[in-house]
Amino acid sequence: MEKLLIKNAKIVCAKNKINKVADLLIENGKIKEIGENIAVGNAETINAENLTLIPGMVDMHCHLREPGYEYKENIYTGSRAAAKGGFTSIACMANTDPVNDNPAVTTAIIETAKRDSVVNVYPIGAVSKNLEGKELVEMGLMKEAGCVAFSDDGKGVATSKMMYNALQYAKQFEVPVISHCEDKLAEGGCVNEGIMSTRLGLPGISRAAEEIMLFREVSLSEALNVPVHIAHISTKGSVDIIRNAKKRGVKVTCETCPHYIAGTEEMTAEYDTSTKVNPPLRTEEDRLAIIEGIADGTIDAIATDHAPHHIDDKMVEYQLASMGISGFETAFSLCYTNLVETGKISMDKLVELMCTKPAEILNISKGSLSIGADADITIIDENKKHSIDVAAFVSKGKNNPFDGWEVKGQVHTTIVKGTIVYKA
Amino acid sequence: MQRKDLLGLEGVSRSEIEEILQTAVQMKKILLSGNKKTPHLQGKSVVTLFYENSTRTRVSFDLACKYLSAASSNVSASSSSVSKGETLLDTARTLDRMEVDILVMRHPMGGAPHLMAKHVKAGVINAGDGMHEHPTQALLDIMTIQEKMGPLDGMKIAIAGDILHSRVARSNIYGMSAMGAEVHIAAPQTMMPYGIEQLGAKVDRTIDEAVDGANVIMGLRIQKERQSAGLFPSIREYHKFFGIDERRVALADKDVLIMHPGPVNRGAEISSMVMAADNCVIDEQVTNGVAIRMALLFMLTRANN
Repeated sequence: MEKLLIKNAKIVCAKNKINKVADLLIENGKIKEIGENIAVGNAETINAENLTLIPGMVDMHCHLREPGYEYKENIYTGSRAAAKGGFTSIACMANTDPVNDNPAVTTAIIETAKRDSVVNVYPIGAVSKNLEGKELVEMGLMKEAGCVAFSDDGKGVATSKMMYNALQYAKQFEVPVISHCEDKLAEGGCVNEGIMSTRLGLPGISRAAEEIMLFREVSLSEALNVPVHIAHISTKGSVDIIRNAKKRGVKVTCETCPHYIAGTEEMTAEYDTSTKVNPPLRTEEDRLAIIEGIADGTIDAIATDHAPHHIDDKMVEYQLASMGISGFETAFSLCYTNLVETGKISMDKLVELMCTKPAEILNISKGSLSIGADADITIIDENKKHSIDVAAFVSKGKNNPFDGWEVKGQVHTTIVKGTIVYKA
Repeated sequence: MQRKDLLGLEGVSRSEIEEILQTAVQMKKILLSGNKKTPHLQGKSVVTLFYENSTRTRVSFDLACKYLSAASSNVSASSSSVSKGETLLDTARTLDRMEVDILVMRHPMGGAPHLMAKHVKAGVINAGDGMHEHPTQALLDIMTIQEKMGPLDGMKIAIAGDILHSRVARSNIYGMSAMGAEVHIAAPQTMMPYGIEQLGAKVDRTIDEAVDGANVIMGLRIQKERQSAGLFPSIREYHKFFGIDERRVALADKDVLIMHPGPVNRGAEISSMVMAADNCVIDEQVTNGVAIRMALLFMLTRANN
């Protein structure tokens, strides 16, 4: 029997309301016991004194690029980057080539993940065939094949009718639909519309482009009384729309990303293409509103939107550069530094945002520390100060604008089903 | 002047602009001397790299090189490896390795010269990047005003038209403000970029307000494709409400100068009558453009030594 004993960790689990210093014993890949002074012979032991043990983090929104764009990332490298970031379960978006819009692609991703991945990989299927917004995918068959959610992430579902149908159809199969809110208004834009787009002479993306479609999704969800999940919200207006909708009882949930918590449009000032992301980095006012939305529960989850790109896709004119930030390996530190260290939220709340809630929304049995459950565990060194070093990324994508930033809080060890998959 | 590149006028000081203008005044003497050949750039090489069409900017850089004895060459995107899919940086590095001293670049996207400047040894002059800046145009505009009317201190300068897409407007807001002028801008609201006042301009509600008592009125080119993009309904409506015509010129100071960076759409942003008047200095702007570019090429090659 394989045993792993983690001693004297500060154990935090939002779901099971645990926050105490204790030991945790893993046996045969499952959590066997949580308690004080657990003593077993012949167990591999991790001394976690002054460290924090949380449920393995769940990233409900990432891009692994396989199949089709392996030069940007593949499941092998992406899963290792995720492990380094403290994630034990990741849900990958459908905008691969071919698009994950049929059960064969879903199966291929799952099979590749079994072979190559060190973390749990959950495919997200497209809402519409080839992400064209015209015909629904086979949600039932794709759920059977292993899809946990559906999303045309990368672009908005253009017509209300299509989304109206998708939300109802998905409800029948009890799978969430994740909406990338982006109206055509954003077309051609590459930075937040505001003082930076004016100064840099770059086409802007109005906040309204996000909020218009968010209003639509809220209206559809309300009219149909079905759930909808909103991806990567970035504006103050979006926080307000969701806050109000939740007050009315609309079944809307949402996520934001570490870069909207830590970054603003100011970072684009030197035309650094690693700042180019969709939706774009917004203003300080938006950033503060996002943090407020996190603190008051309006925002349910934090997802990385890990979007690795090859240097060739970024070493070009700003307008031509691909959108996206390689985010697995900086997510926790950026969130901890900007949310917990600043006193905006507790560590318990961060665990809820990065572990419990994403698992709940995806309806997967992850994100908590329960006896008998898979031993997916992340150990954090809350006191570890370090500076972000993009060159040391495990991900193939080195596109991350936080290079050189001083942060606090670092992933120490990542364990998936009882196996250590990353050690700092 | 101690700089490798001239990418924009944002943050360029008054004293630096004055130094360029003083040099340009000397260069203009050469230009008008009848013997337009000096050794200022002897032993230096300049390549103009144009990803967008241009007549006056391109030819004025080219002639500036020739008048000052530089070895010069022109590359246009349509007839080069760019059309074979070469990236901007690969093109830039290729030219750099030919021991080019100055790369002059025009590009349809903001920030392209900044990207290039970071990766080449050569000095880079921005000859217009997208909607961002066109510093040599603003310098020649400032030179033209100074030549006609003296220092810009306290002047009211009205810039009217498609501010949103205008790199000329942005560079002039920076440059003219640095020289002590008050820059007023007016545009159809669909072509007024967010927060432009933070660049140093005063935003007026109407063209009439902007030109009222102005010492200089500058029109900006309106591109026909802005109509199909839904930014204005028709040329006749544009001309009536936003064009520079005789009635609006009459609202300005009696000695007002009329300027335009060219090329002009007659009857759209400016009327032919206004262009024909004695106070219209569009032609002088073109001549000064050569002088400014001679000055910059000289100063940057000297600085890079």
